[in-house]
Order: sequence, then structure tokens, then C-alpha cells
Amino acid sequence: MGKWTRRAFLTSGALVGGGLIVGVGVGIGIRPGHRTPKLAEFMQEGGQVLVNAWVKILPDNSIRVIVPHAEMGQGVHTVLPMMLADEMDADWSTVSMEQAPAHDEYATADVAREFVLPSKAPGIVEDTLKGVFLKVAQSMSLQITGGSFSVRGTGAWSMRTAGAAARELLINAAAQEWQVPEDEIRTENSYLYHDKSGRSDQFVAFAKAAADKQGPATPRLKTPAQFNIMGKHVERFDIPPKVDGSATFGVDVDLPNMKYACVKCAPVFGSSVKSYDASAAQKMNGVVKVVELGAGIGVIADSYWQAKKALDQVIVEYTRVENIRLSSSEMFEQFGRDMDLAIEQGKEQEDYSQGEARKVLANADNVIEAEYRVPHLAHATMEPMNCTALERDGTLEIWAGLQNPLGTRDMLIEQFGYEKSQIVINNLYLGGGFGRRAMDDYPTQGAMLARALPGVPVKMIWSREEDTQQDFYRPAVLSRFKASLGSDGLPESWENQFVDKHEPVEAPTLPYSVPNQYIHYANSPTHIRFGPWRSVDHTQHAFFTESFIDELAIAAGKDPYQYRYDLLGDDLRSREVLETAAKMADWGKELPEGWGQGIAFHRSFNTIVAQVVEVDMSSGKPRVDKVYCATDPGYAMSPDGFIAQMESGIIYGLTAALYGDITVKDGAVVESNFHNYKMLRMNEAPEIAVEIINSGDTSLGGGGEPGTPPIAPALANAVFAISGKRIRSLPIG
Amino acid sequence: MLEITVNNVSHQLDVEPDTPLLWVVRDELKLTGTKFGCGMAQCGACTVHLDGVPIRSCVTPIAAVAGKAITTIEGISPHADTLHTVQQAWISEQVPQCGYCQSGQIMSAVALLDKNPSPSDEDIDNAMSGNVCRCGMYGRIRKAIKSASAAMATDVVLTPEGSSNG
Repeated sequence: MGKWTRRAFLTSGALVGGGLIVGVGVGIGIRPGHRTPKLAEFMQEGGQVLVNAWVKILPDNSIRVIVPHAEMGQGVHTVLPMMLADEMDADWSTVSMEQAPAHDEYATADVAREFVLPSKAPGIVEDTLKGVFLKVAQSMSLQITGGSFSVRGTGAWSMRTAGAAARELLINAAAQEWQVPEDEIRTENSYLYHDKSGRSDQFVAFAKAAADKQGPATPRLKTPAQFNIMGKHVERFDIPPKVDGSATFGVDVDLPNMKYACVKCAPVFGSSVKSYDASAAQKMNGVVKVVELGAGIGVIADSYWQAKKALDQVIVEYTRVENIRLSSSEMFEQFGRDMDLAIEQGKEQEDYSQGEARKVLANADNVIEAEYRVPHLAHATMEPMNCTALERDGTLEIWAGLQNPLGTRDMLIEQFGYEKSQIVINNLYLGGGFGRRAMDDYPTQGAMLARALPGVPVKMIWSREEDTQQDFYRPAVLSRFKASLGSDGLPESWENQFVDKHEPVEAPTLPYSVPNQYIHYANSPTHIRFGPWRSVDHTQHAFFTESFIDELAIAAGKDPYQYRYDLLGDDLRSREVLETAAKMADWGKELPEGWGQGIAFHRSFNTIVAQVVEVDMSSGKPRVDKVYCATDPGYAMSPDGFIAQMESGIIYGLTAALYGDITVKDGAVVESNFHNYKMLRMNEAPEIAVEIINSGDTSLGGGGEPGTPPIAPALANAVFAISGKRIRSLPIG
Repeated sequence: MLEITVNNVSHQLDVEPDTPLLWVVRDELKLTGTKFGCGMAQCGACTVHLDGVPIRSCVTPIAAVAGKAITTIEGISPHADTLHTVQQAWISEQVPQCGYCQSGQIMSAVALLDKNPSPSDEDIDNAMSGNVCRCGMYGRIRKAIKSASAAMATDVVLTPEGSSNG
């Protein structure tokens, strides 16, 4: 597991910081110059020694891990400290964490790399890429929590190496002090021991000496057999404050003399305020100011309720834009036209090609064709978008839950002309992210409102209606397939054309061996804003490809599980995942009348997932009774946390499959709140069983997103198995 | 001036009578454990108890609860320094993810168990389906309710003199 990391570390070279501070060059060392003194300004308080960029040893010998990612329920504030503490041999009961401030040094290069490069690069160029992508990340100011990347990127490449390096620095310092060979020193529970001489002492006793040491060039990482904390059940740090109401989410910030704001923006994206009449609103109790925000209006008042009531009384006329009459059905017509046009004009954008799919299809007797579609989706985080901001003496301070705090900071710099030093960002618990909180529209509004009332903190809270209608949506997508089968029933050719290509780039590609493939897309932009939605492009493409492969299995007269299994060929890890799910579900078992099973398989964010659903349609409508989920993430660092992520991803995807439908009428989003943008609830939630396969692969997979993509096709395939009705359009309803 | 009692403390408030209880609790009393989710009683994030009965504070005007006893997540434990059995179960089952809905979930669960100490799956469905969890932790919530129910039953057996379920 450590090879990649060691190489990266070796290339980076260890850094020595000045004074009491040692920097360990974890993924940042390629950049010249010492980094830790700069960081220390932010992270060092009295008596604490910063051993490296990610960990501090406190005077009482307790350990504090600095985590550069936001906590939105994925458990990253616990699992990253687990990874570091295990490598360091820290006493887990004394480990705590703090979230890194929004600072360039914490830019997460790995996220940039993942989204720019489609697959793992050959080892020989990895080190160079690491350096390049760190620069990219820093220049793009990425400190993103997303892409299911915290554990497999920051954790695997930085946290573990940093913990191991810190341990070696301490051993080195102790060996010198005790005048004994390093290899006679062992570490356990934040203590160093020299058994031969009977000497022992706390880590902190050597922290200062360690800080003057040259960092190790190749810290040795543990093998899974040596893990004491990784892979074990550990209770999450963030759960106790989430059961007694004390956790501070963005919306909970309270500042002296704070005012409250409500906003409403133009229903049609691209439209803006042409004129408005706030005379009635301004006379209302508690109203402080009415602010024009370009795309909408904000009202600042003494209380939230006063702001909300006053906003309702503002009469706004919006500019008319081109898309003012557009509807969802017209968008799908546009997609179809643009797809046809791309083919007619030979302007297809090639996504993936092997063999001669078109030629084989042209000569095939039985071409199977299908057209699939998915609608726009909103994120619907439980905590509506909100931002608290204070503009004072030319500085701006922000309190919010942000998936991309550095990007937000840079946006504020660009938009309002601040210097970096004039912006302070306080990133708080996120009441759901799912990609929505990587966007910076709401901090922009927060800043605009605060700038309209300098010296006074303003807390802006969106209504649920605003949150639903001013989202950055999972796009509506149309996808068309053609395939032909060989004499063995297995697909010989596969052509897929779709609209709207984002990330990750491999989302539409098949995990199956099909000799002739042509995957291509057409651009067909709409005015509806795009944003990353849990698993991004995988959410639609898994539904498309896993439904269509099911159609091929049926056409071939094969069992859908066996068909996939055969097509996975020599991909043994994938086969094991698929087989495990089938076994968990007792695939093919007898079920009551009106019940059935469906299966789907998809790999995303480097995690392999297979799901079998057991569905009851005896009432005519599908009710998912059970979900069996097998998954191979390489190694699940926090098994219960990983299971929770799978459960969460499944419910999120199932909600969308059954109900998710953002429709557009006259250019505007129709749905507004949970009564018409329905959520799955307790009485509809299936029982979910998750089995993790730790294949020991050296590259870790993510947890936050990969559970989502397979559930919609698994359900749709079950509906077909029961009713003979093929679902080619979501939601199933 | 309106008077309300929240977590056994009485408050005199100068707020507009149509102000929802939610905003009074959060912004006037600074009890921010109760959350805003939808503003139309669709999601349950704002659930508090009114005389022991769960209500949606986002649609309850403050004038309607004057003089009544309101309990929020901050006051749900009968003892100031320990958690309610339901809260403890929420930790041991590692229920919350983002955690935003969990105050409301816990308030609904406590009200259910107060009324029905051994709820069936159907009872749980009926009592909890008004609370949306966007992180989808329904299975864990169900499990935690059952383990809290079991713990409360055990407490009664183990402490024959006391009725505390801590």
C-alpha cells in the first residue's frame, strides 16, 4: 500500500522547518521552500509543537490532527485522524482533531488530479504528476471536499505518511537522547520504549528535539496486518454534538448585533432584476435595508421572520430572457435534435472507441436499440443554503458550510477586490453537501448583503423554495444505445450517444469486455445551471448502461447476473463483488407473487459496487424491501463509516429513482419544497445489508458516492423482472 | 409581551405574535439545536415538544403556545449532565451523518417511546415518517429506537425503586 506514497515522499525530500517546527514534505515538497513556518502562524497556540503539517503533539502528550476537509457526515473528521494516529502509534483515546483553516497550504492536490486524469498514471510519472497537480490545485485554490476523495487521497497519501514520518522523527530524537540504536526503540500508545535499558518516555518529551530533525526520506508505512486503528470500529468525533443540539452548523452562527436576511432570485436563470418596488417592505417592522443583488432582492431585518415577511412584499420585475418559455419536454426535444445533428454532420464528440462498433452494427441482423432519459435533480440538503458575513474596515469574514472554502475565498477576492489577507473564512458543519456546497453563489450573496451594511454581521438564510429553485442541478440527460449480440449471446458491438459530458470522464464506460465500442456525445446546453450531484455523471450513466446491459441479457435469454459475471471476464475483483451481492441476496430465489429481484454493478471513484434489490410490486407500485450491497474499496479504513456511506448513497439514489424530478416550465423550476419534491421516508426505506471486501488493493476507493449509481438500475431491472415493463425514464414514481 | 416556557425556563418575549416558534427558540433564546428545514411542516427538522407532544415549530405561531411547556433537544434529557437514553442509543448506533435532521428525529423518537415503550416497526413508521433524513439513516434510526426501547425496559427492571430512564 505504501509504495506510491514512499515514492512521492522520496521525490519530495524531507523538509526541515525553522525553530520548533518540522515540516514533512507530504505531497507538497516538490515545491521549493519551507512550508511549515507559514502554517505554524495559523495552527500553533501556546505550548503546542507542530510536528508536521498534519499533526501536533500537545503539552499533555495528547495528539491533535489537522484535517483539511469539511465534515458533512462522511466521517472524515474521524477517519483521517485514525489513519495518521495509527501510523504514528498514537494513543487513540487522546487523539482529537481540528479543521484546517482555509489556507493555500491545505489545498488538496489529489482532487484536482482525479478530475483531470481519467485513470491511474504509470508509476514512473506519478511523482511528477503529484507535483504538477499540487500546483494546479494551489493555483485553482482547491480545498475541496468531494469526489469521495478525502480518505483515498488526503488520507492515503498525506495523513498516513505524515503519521509515519512523525513517529520516525520521534524515534530519531529519542535514539540520540538515549544513545541507543533507532531500531531498538519501539512505539506504542504515544510512548517510546527502549526495552533493553528499560527506558521509556512520552512522545511530547521528544517533540522539540524531533522538530529539529531532518524528516525521514522514506517513512515506513504499516501493512494491514499491523493496523491497530485503521479498519477497526471507531466512534465518530462529530456524533456526540449532533445528538444534543450543540453542533454548530453554518446556520447556527450567532454574532453580537447580528441582523437576518432573506433573498429571492429571478425564477428564470439568466434573468435579473429590472426594477423593483420596496416601499411597502421598507415600512414594515424591523426592516433594516432592501438590497438589490443583481439576480434578485435581499431584505435585511432585525429578525428572520421580519425579513421573510418583508421580502414577500417587494414587487420585482425581472428582465425577459430568451429561455422564458422553455420547458422540460422541449429540452429533451432539443437534446434529440442535437444528437441527430451531431451524427448527420459528423460532429460527434468521441468519448471512447475500440474496434469497429458502427461497422459491426451495420452488418448485424438484430440490432437492439433503446433510448433512456433522466430528469434534472436538486440536491435538497437538509440545511438550506445560508451564509453569515461581516464586512468591517475593508475585511470580510464569512461563516458557512463550504465544500470548497479556498475556491470561495478566491471568488470573493475576484468579485469584490479583496486581498487574501482581508478575507477570513470560518467553515462550519455542513448540513448536507452532496456537491451543492461546492458552489459559491450563496457566499457571494452573503458577502453582498454584508457589504451593504458594513460593521454589522448579516445572516442570510434561504427558504426551502429558494434552495430548490436556485440549485445547480444534476442535468437532464438523454442517452441512446445500439448493440448487437454475437452467437454466444454476448454483446459484440455497443454504441452509446448521450448529451451533457462532465466528470468523472470514465462514467459512461463499460466495465464489461465488449470487443467493439463507440461511445460519443453531443453538446446541447440549456440555461439550467449544472452542479456536481452525488457521484456526478455516474448517477445517470450507471442507470443507462446497467439498464441496457440488462436488456441485452434478456434479449440473449440469459440470467442478468450470470450475463454480467461472464462479461466481467478476468476482472476477478469485480467478479467477486458481483458474486458476493448475488449470494447475499440468494439470487434467483423463490419470492411471493408480485415480488422480484434486480441487479446492477458499477465502479466509481475507484470503488466497486454491486447491488441486488428485492422489490414488492404486489400493490402495483414498486416498494423496495431489501438492498444487498457488496463493495470492494480496496480497504475500508473505517468499516462502519464505510457501511454508513453505502446506506446513505443507496437511499439518496433510491429517492431520486422513485421520486426525483425537477421540471422546468416557462424557463423556471416548478418544484419548490418537500411536498412536490418528494423525499424517501422511514416507511419506504428498505433494509440494507452491506458487505465489504477488503481486497487489499494498493489503491483505495472512495465511500461517499459509489453507493448511489447502481441503485436506480437495480430497481428498474427488478421492475422489469416483475412486470415485464422496462423503465427507460426516471423517476419510476 | 408573550410568555413561553422552554425547557422549564420561562421567558418574556417581545416578538410579533405570528412569528413561528422555531425562530423564537433559535434566534431569541439561542437554542439552535432545533433546525429550519422547510418552513411548511414537511421535513420535521424543527420538531419540538409541546406539553410532551411533538409539533413542527416552523408552522407554530408563538402566540399559539403562550403559557405552554415547550421542550427542545437541549432540554430533552431528564438530567442536565447525562444524555437521554434515546440520545445515547443514537451514539451507540452511530446514527447521524450530517446530523442536521437528528434533533428533530430524536424529538420524534422520544415522543414515540414516551407513549409507546415497545413500538413495532409499523409504529416506528407511523411516528417517524414525518422526519426526513437526507443522509438516509433510516435503518440506523429504527435500530436506535429499538435499542433505546430495550435499554429503557432494562432500566426499569434493574432499578425497581426508580423510574428514571436517564
